[in-house]
Amino acid sequence: MLEIKQLHKSYPIGDSSLHVLKGIDLSVKEGELVAIMGSSGSGKSTLLNIIGMLDEADEGSYVLDGVPIKNLNEKKAAVYRNKFLGFIFQSFNLINYKNAVENVSLPLYYQGLGRKERQEKALFHLGKVGLKDWAKHLPNELSGGQKQRVAIARALAAEPKLLLADEPTGALDTKTSYEIMDFIQELNDEGKTILIVTHEEDIANMCKRVVRLKDGVIMEDKFVNQVRAAQYV
Amino acid sequence: MFDLDLWREIFQSISKNKLRSLLSGFTVSFAILLFTLLFGIANGLENTFNGFFKDDAQNSIFIRPGKTTKPHKGFKAGRKIQFKNEDYEYLKNDFGNKVQYITSRVYKNFMASYKNEKNTYSIRAVHPDHQYLEKTLVYEGRYISAKDLEEESKVVVIGRLVEEDLFMKTVALGKYINLGGIQYKVVGVYRDDGGDNEERMIYMPISTAQKIYGNNDYVDQINMTYNPAMSYNEALSFSKLLTKKLKERFDVAPKDQSAVRVRNMAEASKNVNQMTTVLSVLIIIIGMGTLIAGIVGIANIMIFVVKERTKELGIRKALGATPKSIVTMIMLESVLVTSLAGYFGLLVGMGLLELIGDSLKEYFITNPSVSTNLIVGATIILIIAGAIAGYVPAKRAASIKPIVALRDE
Repeated sequence: MLEIKQLHKSYPIGDSSLHVLKGIDLSVKEGELVAIMGSSGSGKSTLLNIIGMLDEADEGSYVLDGVPIKNLNEKKAAVYRNKFLGFIFQSFNLINYKNAVENVSLPLYYQGLGRKERQEKALFHLGKVGLKDWAKHLPNELSGGQKQRVAIARALAAEPKLLLADEPTGALDTKTSYEIMDFIQELNDEGKTILIVTHEEDIANMCKRVVRLKDGVIMEDKFVNQVRAAQYV
Repeated sequence: MFDLDLWREIFQSISKNKLRSLLSGFTVSFAILLFTLLFGIANGLENTFNGFFKDDAQNSIFIRPGKTTKPHKGFKAGRKIQFKNEDYEYLKNDFGNKVQYITSRVYKNFMASYKNEKNTYSIRAVHPDHQYLEKTLVYEGRYISAKDLEEESKVVVIGRLVEEDLFMKTVALGKYINLGGIQYKVVGVYRDDGGDNEERMIYMPISTAQKIYGNNDYVDQINMTYNPAMSYNEALSFSKLLTKKLKERFDVAPKDQSAVRVRNMAEASKNVNQMTTVLSVLIIIIGMGTLIAGIVGIANIMIFVVKERTKELGIRKALGATPKSIVTMIMLESVLVTSLAGYFGLLVGMGLLELIGDSLKEYFITNPSVSTNLIVGATIILIIAGAIAGYVPAKRAASIKPIVALRDE
């Protein structure tokens, strides 16, 4: 599914440069639920951005679902992002003047789908996150948990190969966080491959595999006994 | 290619962000409003100046006799010059195609009456060409004809206000009016754009007036128009030639300025035309300046708009929007807002001109309005301006990296 070999990335700071990723090797199979952990500055967000094609590596190879990801121009990157990836952000990143169903159907618009089809699919995915009745509501009329569920529905709408979640519970209280994790676990049960960046141990323990980053290298990569979030809900 | 979905996106973006759209629209509306008003007023000024010459053909030459001020060839100063029919014939025949229309005038004043209504009017006894010189618009009946002159017919053509005064809103055509005791048949009624005084005149055949009032062949004034194909300079030298020839003809000293007076309208109208041109250029410069200020305004606002939308555009890019789709969306939105707002400004401006137009007459502004050409031109400029104003920030927006856009504050 995902093959990363000897990935390097540095950012220029004045005259010198900051070496953020120092040779990352990571392989993720289909159906995995991986937590990427690390303190701030460990390079976990940079790694996620490269996986998400929002940023490009300096060195190393990255193959996603058999497609080598390199030398992408803006347009190709946009098409790949749309086809392969679904994003879930800490701050939800919903478009505030669009209602729930319009937000969910946005990636479908960029796929070039017809209006009716978009509407149907978007409603279906909203139904999956349990927000069908909230379809016409604007983001500011929704609670944090509901917003994140809309964002998840939006990430799912394009039926991506890989879901990338950047601190998905970072802006939520514990109870709501567990609800969201419960939902992510359910998605994973259905076979979705999901990568979660987090710095919270309890969230990481709800995944099946934990990758710990420190100073740009992988310190630890182990499979864990998954804690089901359902018991806390 | 019409992309309904794209337009839906744009309409939603405009209508859901009312303040933003209103702000950018206001700048453009205001610029176009000022632009329209300026041009309307410029046109109004031009109309006023042109109106000064509406009464008479612009290529007119008026020739009046006076008294000599210098002795010449044995004649004493103070001799009165009198034009006669033969002078008219001379001017008409000896200058070939340089003369377009020509007429003599004999002036009289009479008490005119019809039934119990009476009033004093100026009478002009003329040749048929006079109609073209004065731009007399006959709307009932006919003008004085060559046949009238030949037969010395007792016919008159009366002004609209003469008909109104004497005939009390009944039809004058075919009726007889009394001028100093003699009955004349009304064969025509005319309008004249030269104002009320011009419409309070009575025209009659010159031969009739000469026969009845004095039995002579005296002429008070000769008016002509020169061939309009002549340039301004040719026209001036033509009137100089006329002056010279007439002075010789009447044995007037070459330096005598008051015995024969030749007035060429080309001189007067040239001065005014120059002034109007300068004025128009000035107003075009100011108008363009206003328009440019509007364009700069909308460019500024577009930069602000893109900045405000950075996060949204980052989200769109993360969800698979290509740079091209971002540029297209922002540019079309900009074009749409500028066009609509500009059109609104134009309509308001035109409405204002219509509304206050009449009350500006005393400030030398007549009928201020803007032409269709100007409207089309301004609209095109607007659309181009909107596109340019939208393009630069749109291009920048498209190159924003999604991670930068999505970074939490």
